[in-house]
Amino acid sequence: MYEIVAFYLFSVLTIGLFLVTVMSKNVLYAMTALASGMVLISGFFFILGADFLGVVQLIVYVGAVMALYSFAMMFFDATRDIKEKNTNAGLVFLLGGLSALVLVLMFAAPIHSDAIQALYPMHEGAGNAQDVGIVLFTKYLVPFEVAAVMLLVAMIAGIILAGKKMDQSLTEDTSADDEIMTLKDAK
Amino acid sequence: METTLVENLPQVTWVGSLIKAVLILAVISAIAGFGTFIERKVLAFMQRRLGPMHVGPYGLLQLIADGIKLFTKEDIVPQNANKLIFMVAPAITAATAFVALSAVPVFPDFTIPEFIPLLGGIFVPSIASDLNIGILFVLGMMAAGLYGPLLAGMSQANKWGIIGAARTAIQFLSYEVVTGLSILAPIMLVGSLSFVDFNNAQSGGIGSWLIWQQPVAFVLFLIAGFAETNRTPFDLLEHEAEVVSGYATEYSGMRWGMFFIGEYANMITISIIAAIVFLGGYSEGGLGWLTIILKVGFFFFLMLWVRAAWPHVRPDQLMWLCWKVLMPIAVINVVITGIVMMV
Repeated sequence: MYEIVAFYLFSVLTIGLFLVTVMSKNVLYAMTALASGMVLISGFFFILGADFLGVVQLIVYVGAVMALYSFAMMFFDATRDIKEKNTNAGLVFLLGGLSALVLVLMFAAPIHSDAIQALYPMHEGAGNAQDVGIVLFTKYLVPFEVAAVMLLVAMIAGIILAGKKMDQSLTEDTSADDEIMTLKDAK
Repeated sequence: METTLVENLPQVTWVGSLIKAVLILAVISAIAGFGTFIERKVLAFMQRRLGPMHVGPYGLLQLIADGIKLFTKEDIVPQNANKLIFMVAPAITAATAFVALSAVPVFPDFTIPEFIPLLGGIFVPSIASDLNIGILFVLGMMAAGLYGPLLAGMSQANKWGIIGAARTAIQFLSYEVVTGLSILAPIMLVGSLSFVDFNNAQSGGIGSWLIWQQPVAFVLFLIAGFAETNRTPFDLLEHEAEVVSGYATEYSGMRWGMFFIGEYANMITISIIAAIVFLGGYSEGGLGWLTIILKVGFFFFLMLWVRAAWPHVRPDQLMWLCWKVLMPIAVINVVITGIVMMV
């Protein structure tokens, strides 16, 4: 009983929050709704008994959205609305509708539940974390390793892009000071 | 104490969990308030002052005076602020701090005596919800708590607030890696994410405490814990000398107070985690619950002690420390632990 209540509560809240994320013109509202929506999604994992995945969802997205916030902080004034440029509403409508349709079909597919069978059922006595580990290192070993290599590549690329003059401290960098002073004098 | 063995426990009913939740809320809020008094006293003695002395005997009633002040102060929302987010932000800090506390063992479990009407005979558990991934849940919830300062700083249309919010983001992104990696080594040794398993793994007296096997992880976790709770060497978010009051600049009254209830609740949570994961937890002989209170008290005192003894660091120093020093040490520690376990 309380699972049903919790499910509908989380569903309504999640869908509502993600609607705010898409519709809102205010960066702060959009980002906050995104973060809380991501946190609430972990509620579904908890209802399904997948505690470990729920907590991973929580930790990963709390960190990821926090990084997004720092970009929002750099680019926008968080207390004002943003003027959006919506060119070609028809195309947006078409693409959005199509992807929504595909998603609905994908997630409605398990209605034929007799065609589905669990290839890797839960192990008796093994906890959540152990089960995830077993599947990761047997069935999904190759995708897991590929994902690890991709993350490594992304990390190295990020370091190379951001890493120019890494040996100098920006705080102690005085090379731009003269320029700033001359600009001030010119005023 | 055999009360910690799951099979000996009576059934936990929802009433028991509810009573536990109310107990945690009431007692930790009170301790958080009392913590401010202790902090002022300890800091004062370390700096050869007396601290609060005038209100009540030995300044003890200062707590009530502060409480009255916080509750009755005008609740100001700045004109250009994003009002909804501004008002919600302190609640995020306080709420997540208490949600995190729901998965750590806070007080001993007990059964309400039969002679009390209505509630007699109800078993109140030591953990409000005994998740078997407790450690990850607590760390994740505490991480979510940093959204409070972040949103507060961004919504208040104040330059100091924005700087405080930016510092929140970099502090979070810096320490979070160290927290996770440092606690990974003990998790590998115990092979579980549950606080109860950690406690049981170290039940063989002082010699079996994990701190002797993982001294590096212990120090790293403490340092990251200081950053997580914004305690002094890393309290960049509201560093008075640099950014006025950081994210809390525009707050007044109880909204400001909620940030601090959250901060003190987080201090208690970190102390409990450190005590259970590294210092043997709550079961040695019959006095387990006294020893864990002493351990938690020691960590709480350590936080005040460090505040009196050490200056703040700059944000770039924090990032340097976390990414270039602590994270490599933590990774090496995890690798060595793995090799030792395999051989």
